[in-house]
Amino acid sequence: MAGSVSLMACNECDLLLRVDHSFEEGVVKCPRCAAVLLEHKRHSLDLTLAYTITGLVLFVISNAFPIIGFQFERQSTETVLLSGVWELLDQDMHLLAGLVFITTILAPFTQLATLLYVFLPLKFNRTAPYTAEVFRFVSVVRSWSMMEVFMLGILVSVVKLAAMGTIVPGVALWSFGLLIFVLAAATSSLDQDLVWERLGINQ
Amino acid sequence: MNDQTNTCITAAAAGLINCHSCGLLHKAARAHVYCHRCGAPLHLRKPDSLSRTWAYLLAAYILYIPANVLPIMTTTSLGSVQSNTILSGVNYLLVSGSWLLAMIIFIASIFVPVLKLIILSYLAISVQVRSSWRPRERTWLYRLAEIMGRWSMVDIYVVTLMVALVKIQGLADIDAGIGAVAFGAVVVFTMLAAMSFDPRLIWDNAENNNE
Repeated sequence: MAGSVSLMACNECDLLLRVDHSFEEGVVKCPRCAAVLLEHKRHSLDLTLAYTITGLVLFVISNAFPIIGFQFERQSTETVLLSGVWELLDQDMHLLAGLVFITTILAPFTQLATLLYVFLPLKFNRTAPYTAEVFRFVSVVRSWSMMEVFMLGILVSVVKLAAMGTIVPGVALWSFGLLIFVLAAATSSLDQDLVWERLGINQ
Repeated sequence: MNDQTNTCITAAAAGLINCHSCGLLHKAARAHVYCHRCGAPLHLRKPDSLSRTWAYLLAAYILYIPANVLPIMTTTSLGSVQSNTILSGVNYLLVSGSWLLAMIIFIASIFVPVLKLIILSYLAISVQVRSSWRPRERTWLYRLAEIMGRWSMVDIYVVTLMVALVKIQGLADIDAGIGAVAFGAVVVFTMLAAMSFDPRLIWDNAENNNE
């Protein structure tokens, strides 16, 4: 750590503060509005990278295999993540299809891909071009990635459908369950301050 | 861990602009347009924060009506057609005995959007009348509104999955309804409203009134 005391402003109430960045683990909160100013984690770089790669593998599995199957009489249907979106497009519900596609496929994938783009080169002490801009994009994408909400949606659907027929859990259901924890872990192990410091433009 | 000088001065008052994206401070005197570290556009406060917040809130209020009145999905089974609104869906779950599920859907689809609309409207009004009342608690309310809104999407996902799974030829078929589109729009607009609102405005008023 650079061990520098620097001036920074709280992102929620704009209070100007002198903050010491040289601590290994812990949180500094704004004394006025209690917003988190800095959060340092041990092994942040390695952990974020590991969770990101795990997340990408789980993301591929979650999309390639059926989430749940539904059997009624002698007929059965299966759904992969994308087939719900297709079905909505078929019914001319374009806006709805777009919203579901963005929040459950595009945003989570972009979140993982941008993290990999930033953290993989950092691990080898390099930086890819436009890393700062890409890293800024990570927090924008995160608010539109709603995997954990989708998981709750799956559980509700399972209970609703169980009253009508037989539910067969698919491979993607399990990888999904893991993915939401891995995504949460990747987010919470991320240390913004460290990334900016590694990018070598820390004021 | 940190030694803060206890002077209560904001970056804006000190002539500094805080990059809202990466937190780098810039001197306001020199006209930087973009943060020279991360490239985000620089501004003292989010631009037109209140007008944008109100525009999105208004759109959300208007769409809230069709979202609740129009069906979010239509079930066709053995020739009979049944339309479900958000409320009738909750009611159906209650009647069929899944009170836990009914509660989840009620909280996510009815309680959360209404609470979010109320909180954001209250915050926007409180900034407009230059209230200096309990800024810390109001900032806390803002954070609450920001994190809970996404859970309203549950119903949209349930409709998507039902539509994809229930298509048993000649027996049952489920179509998404226009109410689901309106409801999805309400969720998106309240998210945009929360993103446009600048919590620093709460503190700006609190300071001005203390002087």
